Amino acid sequence: MPPIPRRAVVVGANRIPFAKVGSAYRHASNADMLTATLDGLAARYGLAGERLDDVAAGAVLKHARDHGLTREAVLGSALDPHTPAHDVQRACATGLEAILGISNKIALGQAEVGIGAGADSASDAPIVVSEQFRRNLLDLNRAKTPMEKLKYMARLRPAHLVPVAPDVAEPRTGLSMGEHQALTTAEWGITREAQDAYALASHQKLAAAYERGFFDDLMTPYRRLTRDEALRPDTSLEKLGGLKPVFGKHLSAPATMTAGNSTPLSDGASAVLLSSEEWADARGFAPLASVVDAVTAAVDFPSGKEGLLMGGARAIPRLLARNGLTLDDFDFIEIHEAFAATVLATVAALADDDFARSRLGRTSAVGQVDPDRLNVTGSSLAAGHPFAATGGRIVATLAKLLAERGESHHREGPALGLISVCAAGGQATAMILEAK
Amino acid sequence: MSDSYIDLVNSPLGATLAKKLGLPKPVRLRRHAPNQPLTTGPVLILSDDASRLDADAIAAALLPWDLDVRRDTHLPEEQRWGAVVVVLTGITHPGDLVTPVLALGTTLRRLARSGRVVTVSRAAGADLDPAEAAARQGVDGFLRSLAKELRAGATGNGVVLGDGVDATAPSALGALRFLLSAKSAFVDGQFLHVSGPGADNPSWERPLEGKVAVVTGAARGIGVEIARTLARDGARVVGVDVPASGDSLATVMNEVRGTALQLDVTAPDAAERIARHAQERHGGLDIVVHNAGILRDKLLANMKPEQWTDLLAVNIEAPLRMNETFVELAHEGALGRSPRLIGLASTSGIAGNRGQTNYGAAKAGMIGMTRALAPVLAEVGGTANAVAPGFIETEMTARIPFATREVARRLNSLQQGGLPVDVAEAIAFLASPAAGGINGEVLRVCGQNWVGQ
Repeated sequence: MPPIPRRAVVVGANRIPFAKVGSAYRHASNADMLTATLDGLAARYGLAGERLDDVAAGAVLKHARDHGLTREAVLGSALDPHTPAHDVQRACATGLEAILGISNKIALGQAEVGIGAGADSASDAPIVVSEQFRRNLLDLNRAKTPMEKLKYMARLRPAHLVPVAPDVAEPRTGLSMGEHQALTTAEWGITREAQDAYALASHQKLAAAYERGFFDDLMTPYRRLTRDEALRPDTSLEKLGGLKPVFGKHLSAPATMTAGNSTPLSDGASAVLLSSEEWADARGFAPLASVVDAVTAAVDFPSGKEGLLMGGARAIPRLLARNGLTLDDFDFIEIHEAFAATVLATVAALADDDFARSRLGRTSAVGQVDPDRLNVTGSSLAAGHPFAATGGRIVATLAKLLAERGESHHREGPALGLISVCAAGGQATAMILEAK
Repeated sequence: MSDSYIDLVNSPLGATLAKKLGLPKPVRLRRHAPNQPLTTGPVLILSDDASRLDADAIAAALLPWDLDVRRDTHLPEEQRWGAVVVVLTGITHPGDLVTPVLALGTTLRRLARSGRVVTVSRAAGADLDPAEAAARQGVDGFLRSLAKELRAGATGNGVVLGDGVDATAPSALGALRFLLSAKSAFVDGQFLHVSGPGADNPSWERPLEGKVAVVTGAARGIGVEIARTLARDGARVVGVDVPASGDSLATVMNEVRGTALQLDVTAPDAAERIARHAQERHGGLDIVVHNAGILRDKLLANMKPEQWTDLLAVNIEAPLRMNETFVELAHEGALGRSPRLIGLASTSGIAGNRGQTNYGAAKAGMIGMTRALAPVLAEVGGTANAVAPGFIETEMTARIPFATREVARRLNSLQQGGLPVDVAEAIAFLASPAAGGINGEVLRVCGQNWVGQ
């Protein structure tokens, strides 16, 4: 890739524990959670009253009134109110996109320090009224004469008042994310056993990370929650095996995806402090990692030829190629666990010669993902997945893992880490971080 | 936790009732506020003849503090004494007390609300002439008794000078100023022993300017006020608390423009992590306040093993282990030019408290540790001191059953519980350059609790 003026560094991060939908954070808004997360970050790095160059954040499930979500959160936080902010949205890759945007500004010298963040509440989701009711109300509002008003009022029906609940269905296919993944799961022949074993490992690895205090400087408790609510340290293959499938029940292949090997709907927020090396040096901060490069790819899922959540299998090879790297160069690989099968199918696709030839135009497979380097502290299956907050969670986790590792075990020089986060709309963003 | 009884007895009807029934009549104590005068009225300096030179020197030293310093007991009708300072540094015989003490007696009815009586005397030692020792020790019993006679929020305390410490040494004046000020609102019947000269504060408004302080247990209760008070005095504050209290800690640290470090003080590397954080975020560390503590009240006969071991681990073993590192750092010069280690003791560690054998052991342990550390810190120009709070109004004491709490509150000369800020003020004072000559002391902040010294 062309040389960039300088690299942004990850100074540190903060998130609140992720809650299950309708639980500890059910009365917390995106703005509440984002504000608390910014405050925790400010306290960790002494940023109270400091003016930062920019704060980018977003939410996937967003109320119309929250058009200025990030700026509102900054104003409610301990940061200097002169800190500007803007909102970002790219489905589940929103957090990563926010971090990337701030990193790029820093790389270009347009900013010295900023925050990339994200928040999402599945509990405090916007309720939408029916399209007919909405149109009638707008007409009524525009009506000038009493007769006109009466006409529109007469059109209102009790049935119009039933709210339309938000869902995560793809507008072009009408299929939910789980049903889309079920198609991919069947296509790649990912078994129930493999998914359950994978999910179990995610819980065990996240629990072990908590036990060793890994999150002590990455997390600030919120509303009495001190750990991710989805985490089940004591789950087992038996317990996971006893769950009924919820997706892919109408396919010819056996249904394998359960609530246990799918990521639960969650509430939470995360934030990453990014800066230039100069800014970090001047403050005496020891950065965790630097942001090397990132790619977003998209798949043609509406045609049915590609899996909705398989964008990672396109983004990763593109990113590796332009940086002259292979999968084996990375000490840690973080693939967002939308579903256990998403990770397993992505790993399978990367290792598949046919996939490489037919989809990527390569002569051979991208490579093998070493399971010992994959999601070593667990991921979304155990932590939960408040959509826009996942990017920040993963960047923080990987940056700290890289800082702990220092020199790579697999190549000359500092350890490298790879991230891939799939998103609705058939997209995925991949990013490379390097240990400082 | 508000003390509604104070409001009641300070209302017109309540005051009449309290008087008729002979009930305690506590007043709202005067507390520090920015730009307030040091005392509420003129300051009278009394002395015996042999102490006159020191009294003159102290009077001169007090003038730059914007005080109305008087040497004569005459006071216009409409005025009240803000404070009376009794200088007794030259006494050699108990008979020398008579003139200044009786003169003081004539002023007491004219002492202002939250007025101050402060004695300045010298330490009684076994190497002295018996009469001189009797005179000096006599000040102790006199002052403690007088403090119990004072009313309306007035306190009686003393500064005791060690051998060779000048009456106007920075620490002697620093101690005197603290005891005269509203910052010592809940310090009563106590002596501050000054064993060295100390250093001048850079300013009285921000004595801790340029210092970095760490406060353990900073997420709630007394720790919050300690963080606020140290920050008010100019220090950069690192707040430490267990990860589970991280949200309250973040709020407090953002308020005081400090930094939060989520850390369990019982971790083996706690001190190293604190020192590293302070170095990285603030470029050094000067003041350590061991405030983190837990309660596991139980009669010994009913105590489970972990109720003993958990409490001891947090309240005394953790500070002990951390201090090993801090002492090393102090000797390497990495704890500033005048390192300060300050521990939170408790009157429970002095007088004992039913149901608190574990707490009492830990808090008395804190006192033992402080005294043993003092000479070690003195080698590098630092100090180790402890503050022993009595009944303080916190979330913790608010959970004590009503009747028990009401009684506990009144069992001191000021007939009320102290506030967390009272403890914090004592700590901020001990952390200041002017307290550099005070070492190995246990300063009680208890309103002269009826038990213990």
